[in-house]
Amino acid sequence: MDESLSPATVSHGPLDWSYAESKESSSIVTIPAEQGLYIGGEFVPARSEATYPSVNPATEGHLGAVAEGGAEDADLAVRAARSAYETTWRDMPGKERGKYLYRIARLLQERSREFAVLETMDGGKPIKESRDFDLPTSAAHFFYYAGWADKLGYAFPGVDPRPLGVAGQVVPWNFPMLMLSWKVAPALATGNTVVLKPSTTTPLTALEFARLTREAGLPDGVFNVLTGHGDAGAALVAHPDVNKVAFTGSTEVGRIIQRAIAGTDKKATLELGGKAAHIIMDDAPIDQAVEGIVNGIFFNQGHVCCAGSRLLVQESIAEVVVERLKRRLDTLRVGDPLDKNTDLGAINSADQLDKIKELVGAGTAEGAEIYQPACRLPEKGWWFPPTLFTEVSQSHRIAQEEIFGPVLSIMTFRTPDEAIEKANNTPYGLSAGVWTSKGSRILWMADRLKAGVVWSNTYNQFDPTSPFGGYKESGFGREGGRHGLLPYMQGVGL
Amino acid sequence: MRSPVLVESLPVPVTDRALRAYLGAVPLVDDVAVHQRVASLATRSIKRESKRAALELAIRMTDLTTLEGQDTPGKVRQLASKAIRPDPSDPSIPHVGALCVYPAMVHHAAPVLAGTGVHLAAVATYFPSGQATGESRVADVREAITAGADEIDMVIDRGAFLAGDYMKVFEDIVATKEACGGAHLKVILETGELGTYDNVRKASMLAMAAGADFIKTSTGKVAPAATREVTLVMFEAIRDFHDLTGRMVGMKPAGGIRVAKDAIRYLVLLHETLGTGWMTPDYFRFGASSLLNDLLMQIRWLDTGRYQSADYFSKD
Repeated sequence: MDESLSPATVSHGPLDWSYAESKESSSIVTIPAEQGLYIGGEFVPARSEATYPSVNPATEGHLGAVAEGGAEDADLAVRAARSAYETTWRDMPGKERGKYLYRIARLLQERSREFAVLETMDGGKPIKESRDFDLPTSAAHFFYYAGWADKLGYAFPGVDPRPLGVAGQVVPWNFPMLMLSWKVAPALATGNTVVLKPSTTTPLTALEFARLTREAGLPDGVFNVLTGHGDAGAALVAHPDVNKVAFTGSTEVGRIIQRAIAGTDKKATLELGGKAAHIIMDDAPIDQAVEGIVNGIFFNQGHVCCAGSRLLVQESIAEVVVERLKRRLDTLRVGDPLDKNTDLGAINSADQLDKIKELVGAGTAEGAEIYQPACRLPEKGWWFPPTLFTEVSQSHRIAQEEIFGPVLSIMTFRTPDEAIEKANNTPYGLSAGVWTSKGSRILWMADRLKAGVVWSNTYNQFDPTSPFGGYKESGFGREGGRHGLLPYMQGVGL
Repeated sequence: MRSPVLVESLPVPVTDRALRAYLGAVPLVDDVAVHQRVASLATRSIKRESKRAALELAIRMTDLTTLEGQDTPGKVRQLASKAIRPDPSDPSIPHVGALCVYPAMVHHAAPVLAGTGVHLAAVATYFPSGQATGESRVADVREAITAGADEIDMVIDRGAFLAGDYMKVFEDIVATKEACGGAHLKVILETGELGTYDNVRKASMLAMAAGADFIKTSTGKVAPAATREVTLVMFEAIRDFHDLTGRMVGMKPAGGIRVAKDAIRYLVLLHETLGTGWMTPDYFRFGASSLLNDLLMQIRWLDTGRYQSADYFSKD
């Protein structure tokens, strides 16, 4: 601005405005000092009486002890689920089952704030995400499947769909409540009973959910929680009286599960890893694409199986996109997950942090160029700054392996064909994103991308009515929508 | 006509072809993603101390406005007093950024505002429609300046823009800027009539290339007036223009901003998009009237812990 134009007497300079810390209170939740397994409507200690602490990844503080279940406990839980299946749940009219699910959904809405705080404390994700995404979407899943409970005959006309029996469900630590909802809601709606194994590091919301089902009056044994480590999950999956296995987690564990159930008549759905391509064409709405990229990789610290972790930018606009991306990264707020202004929270566990560090180290060693904004990380807890890699080659480990952290690998392409070739050049096939202003190109690309979900001009959008699941080593089976009922039903033609 | 050399790629004098090439390179905008971004920033939470500073800043950024057919010299003088001392009971409250009136009212306000630091803005160029010949539009500006205005809020010819006659819009702005002399030029795009965010972004780039000191959303006479979404799109254009030329252009959302909470959300958007350099009345203004009393009321609440009756704040 011209000197002569500047206002005469406004003496104040620009306001250097940083947001003050604005913490969501944790006093809303009460975490019992010790929590048992939830079996047959009762909280019971593990047969071994062993417990382990659940840890807040942002502080490394303990959040009470939970039972360390084992094979014997898995057996008890499956028995309880079988008994509930045969005595109450299987033969209950769909309309009645639906009422319980509606009640659960409403209770989840009512207690949403409490669950959100608990989810954030136990898992490290920012409160704005647990509050605005995880919990509302969880409740939405229960509402949605509650509606199906008495309409299953219409979902599959000409078939008399029947439940399978006991479902053993193993969920991961990145979206503990949401993954619980994705699995429990359709299982219960279709008349199955459930034994849920939450992740070792994030058992608290599942246990609180168990109390919520009690509040909803859900018959004992219809929903059971088996906390513990991998061996508990393995015992559950291998249990001969489990009819259906549903797993979300790593491809490595997915393989173990496949082996364990080979030769049995167990039905399975596996939702595994991903290394999604996020494609930016030269005619993309650039500033919104940059927001989409940020949301795609830094949502939930990148602990997202469908995270847009491989950015493919058309070479002619790569410089501009990278520059804008760096500028945007500088404004991301990393820190206390309970602070309502936090964009990136804590890394879920020390193990996960090690894994991220190892892969980032490999990226640098392989010659990729790293960019991290200057941001001060808290001293306690597990943290990793938002990270970009440029000069990445398709052959680098950071372009092939799932990092599951806030790390974006940026590559370029020249033509749409090359974009498709690079995008599909991965053993995974869970999701992909395309940014372009050309409608015809979106359809052309969606046809050719080998991914279960293709987002166009947006990323990480979820809705209970929309099926979600992978291709290739990202697993099989669909969760959500009418498709999400199928894996829990049997009948002629199903 | 003298064209300012702001954009290297534009020759002097500007040609239609060069102008089209310049506007053709303006990035497109995705509506859905804009709305998402704005919604996500609406959840930012501001604590007490920052809020107090933000409310005061919002007062300093307010262009206190009256643009009615029924405006009278008396009404304008009253509003001018309000602009200088928004809250007579609290001398720590700063004056507003400017008083914004019709050209015919300028000479009534000028003596009241003289020496106070409050700027005097006039809406000229046949506000709000802009439907007049180039000569009349420029004459309107000259009169306002002669009467004492030091800021001019002009309207673009939306009809010409929508018809693709970008040269006409460009030349209008250049002529107005020239007529402004040292006065500050705010260019009103009337985004409610432009129809798409793509047009808003393009019109923003056009106005800035032609010499706008500020770009402004609306006259307040057309719905929708200012929205946070359209403001974000204009911020992004301002950022692009700064990258391109090194020149900082200001932003003024106007119309429909009535409560302090909304004003703070605009400031969050400003802070996260353009950064602290723009968080001054030199580069950001609110075009508003009833907003001021809500800002005062919220400040009083922060200071005393109590909400006061609306009767304690002057209605001018």
